[in-house]
Amino acid sequence: MSYTIEGRTGPWELVIGLEVHAQVISQAKLFSGAATAFGAGPNTQVSFVDAGFPGMLPVINGECVAQAVRTGLGLNAQINLWSRFDRKNYFYADLPQGYQISQFAHPIVGTGVIGIELADGSSKEIGITRLHLEQDAGKSLHDQHPTKSFIDLNRSGVALMEIVSEPDMRSPEEAGAYLTKLRQILRYLGTCDGNMDEGSMRADVNVSVRKAGEGYRTRCEVKNVNSIRFVMQAVEAEARRQIEIWEEGGEVHQETRLFDTGRGVTRSMRSKEDAHDYRYFPDPDLPPLVLDAAWVEELRAALPELPDARRARYVAEYGLSAYDAHVLVLEKETAAYYEAVAAGRDPKLAANWVMGDLFAALNRTRRDIADSAGLGPRSRRAAGPDAGRHPLRQAGQGGLRGDGGNRPGARRHRRGTRPPPGHRQRRDRGGGGSGAGRQCRQGGRIQIRQGQALRFLRRPSDEDHAGQGQPGAGERGHQAEAGLRRPDDRRAAWPGGLNRAEDTRPADAAAPRGWGPPRRAGFRRVAAGPGWFPSPCRGSAAHRPAPRCRW
Amino acid sequence: MHPTDFTLRGAAEALSEGAISAVELTRAHLDAIEALNPRLNAYVTVAADQALDQARASDERRARGEAGPLEGLPLGIKDLFCTKGLRTTAGSRILGNFVPPYESTVSANLLRDGAVFLGKLNLDEFAMGSSNTSSAFGPVENPWSRRNHPDTRLVPGGSSGGSAAAVAARLALGATATDTGGSIRQPAAFCGIAGIKPTYGRCSRYGIVAFASSLDQAGPVARTVEDCALLLRSMSGFDPKDSTSADMPVPDFAAACGRSMKGLRIGVPKEYRLEGMPHEIEALWQQGLEWLREAGAETVEISLPHTKYALPTYYIVAPAEASSNLARYDGVRYGLRVEERDGDLKDLYERTRAEGFGAEVKRRIMIGTYVLSHGYYDAYYLKAQKVRALIKRDFDEAFGRVDAIVTPATPSAAFGMHEKTDDPVTMYLNDVFTVTANLAGLPGLAVPAGLDAQGLPLGLQVIGRAFDEETVFAVGAALERAADFTALPSVRAGA
Amino acid sequence: MSLDTATVRRIASLARIRMGEEEVGRMQAELNGILGWIEQLQAVPTEGVEPMAGAGAVALRLREDVVTDGGIREAVLANAPDPEGEYFGVPKVVE
Repeated sequence: MSYTIEGRTGPWELVIGLEVHAQVISQAKLFSGAATAFGAGPNTQVSFVDAGFPGMLPVINGECVAQAVRTGLGLNAQINLWSRFDRKNYFYADLPQGYQISQFAHPIVGTGVIGIELADGSSKEIGITRLHLEQDAGKSLHDQHPTKSFIDLNRSGVALMEIVSEPDMRSPEEAGAYLTKLRQILRYLGTCDGNMDEGSMRADVNVSVRKAGEGYRTRCEVKNVNSIRFVMQAVEAEARRQIEIWEEGGEVHQETRLFDTGRGVTRSMRSKEDAHDYRYFPDPDLPPLVLDAAWVEELRAALPELPDARRARYVAEYGLSAYDAHVLVLEKETAAYYEAVAAGRDPKLAANWVMGDLFAALNRTRRDIADSAGLGPRSRRAAGPDAGRHPLRQAGQGGLRGDGGNRPGARRHRRGTRPPPGHRQRRDRGGGGSGAGRQCRQGGRIQIRQGQALRFLRRPSDEDHAGQGQPGAGERGHQAEAGLRRPDDRRAAWPGGLNRAEDTRPADAAAPRGWGPPRRAGFRRVAAGPGWFPSPCRGSAAHRPAPRCRW
Repeated sequence: MHPTDFTLRGAAEALSEGAISAVELTRAHLDAIEALNPRLNAYVTVAADQALDQARASDERRARGEAGPLEGLPLGIKDLFCTKGLRTTAGSRILGNFVPPYESTVSANLLRDGAVFLGKLNLDEFAMGSSNTSSAFGPVENPWSRRNHPDTRLVPGGSSGGSAAAVAARLALGATATDTGGSIRQPAAFCGIAGIKPTYGRCSRYGIVAFASSLDQAGPVARTVEDCALLLRSMSGFDPKDSTSADMPVPDFAAACGRSMKGLRIGVPKEYRLEGMPHEIEALWQQGLEWLREAGAETVEISLPHTKYALPTYYIVAPAEASSNLARYDGVRYGLRVEERDGDLKDLYERTRAEGFGAEVKRRIMIGTYVLSHGYYDAYYLKAQKVRALIKRDFDEAFGRVDAIVTPATPSAAFGMHEKTDDPVTMYLNDVFTVTANLAGLPGLAVPAGLDAQGLPLGLQVIGRAFDEETVFAVGAALERAADFTALPSVRAGA
Repeated sequence: MSLDTATVRRIASLARIRMGEEEVGRMQAELNGILGWIEQLQAVPTEGVEPMAGAGAVALRLREDVVTDGGIREAVLANAPDPEGEYFGVPKVVE
């Protein structure tokens, strides 16, 4: 039974297409040598090119091109060996050149396809219309001054991929599943970190409604929706609004709208309305982008295994259920961790352990596998397999009731798992609040000792802080060590543990110097799938919202 | 001999022989500027102190045996090139007192080679014009005047009017200029000096205030073809900061100036014979061809059938690009800002741009905005791009048969400041012979070849194959030798 | 094609140039003169001709992904007409 919304005049179908803006992972910007890192002081990552100074010229970053090609390959899409950059002309305070360099007529990637999985176990293919490279705009801050807006150009010129889908989705769930899958693929490829809270991924949602059997009616575009859950909500809210208009005998007008996350409705975005004549034309500062077919093949050959292939392999090689395989491959880091754990052991038991104890522990502590295992993009294999081996051996030998937390093991983890210097810090909140909900429900089965893996999880910088007179640091360390020896804590799920030491630090201790801009508003972290959600990323903990529990 | 009368080459020799110091040479030029600039208005900024500092440093380098190819030679810089720490205006109010925190690649190359910068030269606002009357800093006067009407103030041409007037009047040994539709060659011809627009991509556009990016090229103006060759060699070269910069070796252009004409085939495009063109210009053209034949070249009639569409094409392409290039002048990050009480951002933009841009710039922004706007793109912009391709194809075919093309540089001699101002299109026709080289991206050189009946200079143009400036210099130098152009403007230093 | 004053006003608004009535009228006449002259291009047969967007290189050169710029906030803000601390200031924008 397909999804419909019941109006006064009967059921309405939804037609949904997404335009996703995904920030390319690169060191420098698309057309300038300024840095792209998140959270720097305002206007510190700005070159004269990014600020649109007279006589400044764009020069393209080859890695951004490679990332777009990798993404295109990951989306099973056609790579256009000849593409071109156009200028999209409009005036806006955070658009310094008065135009955005984009690819309008000749994108670097053509049609492709993404397979999505739905809750009822069915799957569906969503067409990709195109992917193109373009530059991001700067940021306007409207809440710093009573009569002025402030402009920060740090984002100006950062490379984005705009990934446009066909209008193939028919329900909020499909839109959510598409975005989840797209994000998963990008993160597997390492071409976008998928951090919607930092604005690394934003979606423009095109929605129209129709009666069964009709062609397309007028669509509206809901701009800049910054979480998967909001995309699903925005689809429904916009569809309901349109249904109401049609049913009252009105007419839906094509326009750009915003999703008001507080009220759960969309509203017209007037500021965009009179700038709709973008006067695209080929950017005369940039000759065509011509790719060498052999280079594209090199990139193809170097692509990592993507989630669909990996899932199929888990089912085929490891004998996992489709569901378990699905869950394990949702995050690249989880999958890598799982494989390390499963190496040489019973793969099903390993899956149960990772999906049960480990997930539970991580969820409770708001950690993620990249944090814990050092398998994240910034701390490749600092500790993964070695760290994963020991506890499971325990588990494997003693079943899931086995003691995973004896001292030698913990010591080994502590030595082997310290991420490299410079690994970002994260400030955790306490175990109270809704975050503990799941834990409570599972409390009868799983217990995690506070601080068990404290040392394992700590960054060198934490240690530095602790060693530099943070009150009570030594004491906490002692307790943590002591905790490992507590005889009644037998059923340790590893690696969990909450780094309480960080809790007591001043709130700004983890913030990098000079952080300025507030985050884009309205974000809440969203589940990417059942039971587990991501967050490995760059950036600073200080910018992150308090993690929330979704159950 | 007055120091300002040196050619660039002559001054370089005098400096290396110790006959004069860079400080003396620079001071002589600064004195000349002080005396004549109030009348000519060629410089909008005179950087006297900086120039003398540079000259002293140059003399020291020479004393240490570290002289560069342009060591100690005082030049003027068109005020379209960003110069670090020195106000850059583009001839517009909208840049206000913009002081670039960077140096254009071309001017940096000149500094690298030891040149001294006397100051910034006037130009049509944003290089849009053929008369240098659209500058926010007032018009430039041509140092030449009509024999019968010496009091009629003439335009120096544009947009590099300040550059051409300064070099003709001996207020600089040479100058940088830019050429989007003829802005080097037309003022050079009007002022009786030489100037070359090199192949598109030869000189980096980095740090040059953009007018029309696919057409803009920097080049030198100087009093001899060889001086242009010396300057161009320093100005040129691959620049990774400009994606359209050509990664090509830079030859010794000056060496090419002595090449023989024997065996060269010179194309004579029949479409450049315009109705109503002054007879003197046609006669000079024929004379030039005769000189080349005498020097051993063969002249061949060729056809460039789309020539008559070049100007309309240009007046779509250039304004379209300009309308986008000039969008950055919005009063937010630099330059003029005009605010009104309780005004919003759009008010700020509209007021700033209304007051910051002059009439010609506004006209071109309006045309460019219109031809790119929804529903008109195909009819205007796309059509112009296709005709542009045909114009280039004409040249490609011609250069299968000939080595260079010789034409008149301009359809008239310099005109009065208050002539040709009623109708923009009449003014646009000034570039009828020069604009084709911009559209096709080819090198074009203007060389003074004679005088009209009023005693005003007339120039010929040499167009060459892409990146074959050497042949262009060779033909230009041959014309220069044969013409033996020795006439002098009435307003000049040392006169 | 001939422009009416409403079109001139729309183009002026797109280009963010304020124009009074008198200027709109003058601009209308000038633009129509120029456009009328440009109109001759329509006579050129261009079927099958590839449009030429630029005269220079045929392909982009790819830059290395290395941070070589930025960290120059003072210089970036030095020419600003209304710097607000570490930012550029503009009249408040309502989205």
